[in-house]
Amino acid sequence: MAEEVKLMKGNEAIAHAAIRYGADGYFGYPITPQSEIMETLMEEKPWETTGMVVLQAESEVAAINMVYGGAGSGKAVMTSSSSPGISLKQEGISYLAGAELPALIVNVMRGGPGLGTIQPSQADYFQTVKGGGHGDYRLITLAPASVQEMADFVKLGFDLAFKYRNPAIILADGIIGQMMEKVVLPPFQPRLTDEQIRAARPWAATGKTKNRKRNVITSLELDPARMEENNIRFQAKYREIEKNEVRYEEIGCENADYLIVAFGSMARICQKAQELARAEGINVGVLRPITLWPFPSEIISHYADKVKSMISVELNAGQMVEDVRLAVNGRVKVEHFGRLGGIVPTPDEVVNAIKEKLL
Amino acid sequence: MKEEIIIAGFGGQGVLSMGKILAYSGLMEDKEVTWMPSYGPEQRGGTANVTVILSDERISSPVLNAFDTAIILNQPSLEKFESKVKPGGTLIYDGYGIHHAPSRTDINIYCIDAMDAATEMKNAKAFNMLVLGGLLKIKPIVTLDSVLKGLKKSLPERHHHLIPMNEQAILKGMELIRKM
Repeated sequence: MAEEVKLMKGNEAIAHAAIRYGADGYFGYPITPQSEIMETLMEEKPWETTGMVVLQAESEVAAINMVYGGAGSGKAVMTSSSSPGISLKQEGISYLAGAELPALIVNVMRGGPGLGTIQPSQADYFQTVKGGGHGDYRLITLAPASVQEMADFVKLGFDLAFKYRNPAIILADGIIGQMMEKVVLPPFQPRLTDEQIRAARPWAATGKTKNRKRNVITSLELDPARMEENNIRFQAKYREIEKNEVRYEEIGCENADYLIVAFGSMARICQKAQELARAEGINVGVLRPITLWPFPSEIISHYADKVKSMISVELNAGQMVEDVRLAVNGRVKVEHFGRLGGIVPTPDEVVNAIKEKLL
Repeated sequence: MKEEIIIAGFGGQGVLSMGKILAYSGLMEDKEVTWMPSYGPEQRGGTANVTVILSDERISSPVLNAFDTAIILNQPSLEKFESKVKPGGTLIYDGYGIHHAPSRTDINIYCIDAMDAATEMKNAKAFNMLVLGGLLKIKPIVTLDSVLKGLKKSLPERHHHLIPMNEQAILKGMELIRKM
């Protein structure tokens, strides 16, 4: 039977999708604009049905370390927060990457810096794709632009995290979290049994048996030679992810004279701007990175020889624009337009920016 | 078909839930829908607003410059959104909440005394359904049948006994609305 079409908020879709994925645990601490994720999980009471644990921790720091523990034992575990809370989790995220643990993190971004505002923002781009925590690590970063993608990226995020033994993050914002749209939820998958986890994740700390060595989950390696080896292994993995997992959407880019690069909710607003610009005879394409890391550099580079100029439109002061410029390497002019601190531009403002900066 | 609507008023007037019922009604008719609320501090006691888009085609932006229809339930919202109605568009306001009537001449303006009617009915909660009835009278973007189905879908079961009251309020609203 076809799944029913439902109407819900992006945050609610994340919660339902996590239960349906067969997630083993969610650990979080409330913060606007993403509190509906834990609220929905608490209402659904999955511990009575699938056995999924839902726990409100005493802080964001506690929650991310519970994720570390759960992930270390081979469980599918996740946490969610919004910008200031995600900053608190950075140490734990670096440790997850260092210990090569799969986990899903959700950031429904709000305006910063500091405690900032609760309105939508994309100002955590740098934090997410350039580090955030310490050390040479990378986070698989998925940027949903619809409620449907909020639901779909839970499975995608977990699957990629387990495939590469690396944390993955869904980088959304207040618009995608708070708005309601139609969604078809993914089908139910049962949670893995302990037996299945031992078989599928032989690296996990599931209790030593006689026929194997001890599994140690740690990011600590005091011998620098071995630590360099670890890092070389991580880097090889990251190159593999960059080769295999780039995702993007091209919206009317063929034969476009100008290219907008935008992700998440901003990509939706830019599609409306695209319609308005075309009505005025300005032929604009929209390229939407779906993975922010790995970044779709190759396709952007491809368009560098085809369009007259590009503009990166973001809810920040100019972050992704740096990656767009790296991708085109000076072959075409790349401008930036953004609003700051929780202000969301209307499609008209984007059209005006195109006219001012590109034409 | 595509209808871009803003509903704006005070927090507690049922702005968000009215938008939600419209969105669910659209869902019942297999339309594409987005419901984008203001969720800021303004929602808590100040002005609340929600953008609802119903369309036969995929919806691009949930954030809009201008609206086909504005439903305005208090004075600050009129000041904010009157200029955002597309030329030839529709503005509906509640007579009780607005002291200085809208002044544009290039849009269709309607008034509904929904607050007075809700007071008369001794049912403050009927307010937003009265307004919804007024909207549907002049812009039948969804059928009454879809609205009732949408209500059933959006209300928890323990509130389903309230659906007939809501239906009455919608029908009453259809009678009350008048062109200015």
